[in-house]
Amino acid sequence: MRDVAVVGFAQRTMPQFDGSPTMVELLVPLFADLWEQTGWTKSDIGFWCSGSSDYLAGRSFSFVSAVDAIGTIPPVNESHVEMDAAWALYEAWVKIQTGEVDTALVYGFGKSSAGVLRRVLALQLDPYLLTPLWPDAVSLAALQARAGIDRGLWDEKALAEVVASYSGAEVADLLAEPMFADPLRKHDCARVTDGAGALILAAGDRARDVRERPAWITGFEHRVDTQSLGLRDLTVSPSTRGAAAPLDLGGLEIAELHAPFSHQELILRTELGIGAEVAVNPSGGVLQSNPMFSAGAIRIGEAAARIWDGTASKTLAHATSGPALQQNLLCLMEAK
Amino acid sequence: MTRVLSAPLEVSFDYTRSLGPVLSGFMTGLRDRTVLGSRTTDGRVVVPPLEYDPTTHEALSELVPVSSVGTVQTWTWVSEPVRDQPLDRPFAFALVLLDGADTPILHALDAPYDELRTGMRVQVRWVDEPQGHITDIACFEPASLVEPDVSASERRVETTEPVTGIITPVNLDYLYEASPEESAFFRGLAEGRLLGQRCPKCQKVYVPPRGACPVDGVPTTDEVELPDRGIVTTFCIVNVPFLGQKIEIPYVSAYILLEGADIGFLHLIQGVAADEVRMGMRVEAVWKPRDQWGTTVENIEYFRPTGEPDADYETFKDHL
Repeated sequence: MRDVAVVGFAQRTMPQFDGSPTMVELLVPLFADLWEQTGWTKSDIGFWCSGSSDYLAGRSFSFVSAVDAIGTIPPVNESHVEMDAAWALYEAWVKIQTGEVDTALVYGFGKSSAGVLRRVLALQLDPYLLTPLWPDAVSLAALQARAGIDRGLWDEKALAEVVASYSGAEVADLLAEPMFADPLRKHDCARVTDGAGALILAAGDRARDVRERPAWITGFEHRVDTQSLGLRDLTVSPSTRGAAAPLDLGGLEIAELHAPFSHQELILRTELGIGAEVAVNPSGGVLQSNPMFSAGAIRIGEAAARIWDGTASKTLAHATSGPALQQNLLCLMEAK
Repeated sequence: MTRVLSAPLEVSFDYTRSLGPVLSGFMTGLRDRTVLGSRTTDGRVVVPPLEYDPTTHEALSELVPVSSVGTVQTWTWVSEPVRDQPLDRPFAFALVLLDGADTPILHALDAPYDELRTGMRVQVRWVDEPQGHITDIACFEPASLVEPDVSASERRVETTEPVTGIITPVNLDYLYEASPEESAFFRGLAEGRLLGQRCPKCQKVYVPPRGACPVDGVPTTDEVELPDRGIVTTFCIVNVPFLGQKIEIPYVSAYILLEGADIGFLHLIQGVAADEVRMGMRVEAVWKPRDQWGTTVENIEYFRPTGEPDADYETFKDHL
């Protein structure tokens, strides 16, 4: 395996982006930020990969338009996934492992505010049996939250404590808020967020040229659970556990978890065996800021940045996609 | 004035899907008011049925009927329903384990909020005229309301033809926002002006303007006003009718390189027979009456030939 590190990271998020669904206007300054961090230009990048979905804001081929932000004449080596850019990063990592390229720039973008996000996400479900019922993403997460309450794995107070750990609100005040999707209150659900994130991967000396302490990827795994909701035990996450199994999480200092609903952080902590010695989500997590198609990649960027700045020597980033934590990705990074 | 122009956008289309043998059996069962599950290799009955065994990955073909009565395993209350959900007033979604099944099915549950609980008994409420679709189950309802529909086989409709496909309409509502550059372009059109932008690096002029120069990846900053005349670089003759078509076929859709621009501008060519349109033909815009102008490219009705000699291929070969 080649040594590959995260060496660049930029993000921009907001409740509502007043611009086009292609988000070119947002991506250009992000890329400029990355050129400043690395001293590189686009000709230093061997492979480009993005994550986005046209359904989010109703613009067909938005990912094709978005490559304007790169400047693609002469043509570049480029790919796209209709998933969070964390999976685009995985593709880029594999591309570097093949030896075909040494560097990659990965970006994700999404304008969730253009539609009704929780409804649009019903399009990612089984098209025969589920999408026709329009089970919104919040309702599906709420079915998961209640299953855990019924099983005694957590209660409403535990969910409020997760929320309070980020917002600083009083648990009693949170519990006094009305239900939105019983047993979830609005604050249990990540805010609708527009935004974009971009990262740079580099192999070996290319990484060492850019950073004193590159965030070397020492484990990169992803798994998916069945699309059949009825077959899943929603209170656990076998895909997270499966992704973690090959990783050595001993000595972990920081974990950035992509949990768009408060109870999902509890599931992830359990599956990853995260104890009190690990700082979870020093970035603030995603309840306040969850830009679709980049929030997972941003977790990787945040965890990498803690290695660069010397805060930690071993960090873990998690990304999720699909309904109720269906797909999960883990990226383990270390200083050397 | 807001930074960008916006407008409501509705995207609507039907997903027309054929069914394999398993889902065909399931949908046919629904049409006949029967819920079917598949038996997996470990003997479990999975509802809705699976096409392949989740453990051995063998193809599954045996469909077994289960009850239309079951037990709520988990539920949530949809306090603010969204468009096209099974009920248009607050309702519950639930995972319901039907009697005889080993896995639950997701559907809506129509019951008062304060009566909802895990473990409650519910039954299928069928629509009046099942078609062979998951929405033949209107929703679940508390099991005590009326006698459950247990004699499905006696109430089969006349047809015995299997259901082999489903149609699912999809309607998506957005607020579409143009980019700042596009907004400037559309605002210019409302004044009868064609505004492009120049890349500060390669000096190329784009119309409509883009968020970034596709060559250099830098914002195009300088505004450039362009004349409403140019040449046809490439074109196609549309002979195919399609949904929403506004113009009589055959008609010509063309890339028009406005004088001073470096990228083709897509519009219609009229005022000439379709088979006389050619590359290099010089054309000019025909505008609608001024009182009909808006922030739209439709202010220009079409482009028509000016009658001047064609442009030499060498002059536009780099813009194809």
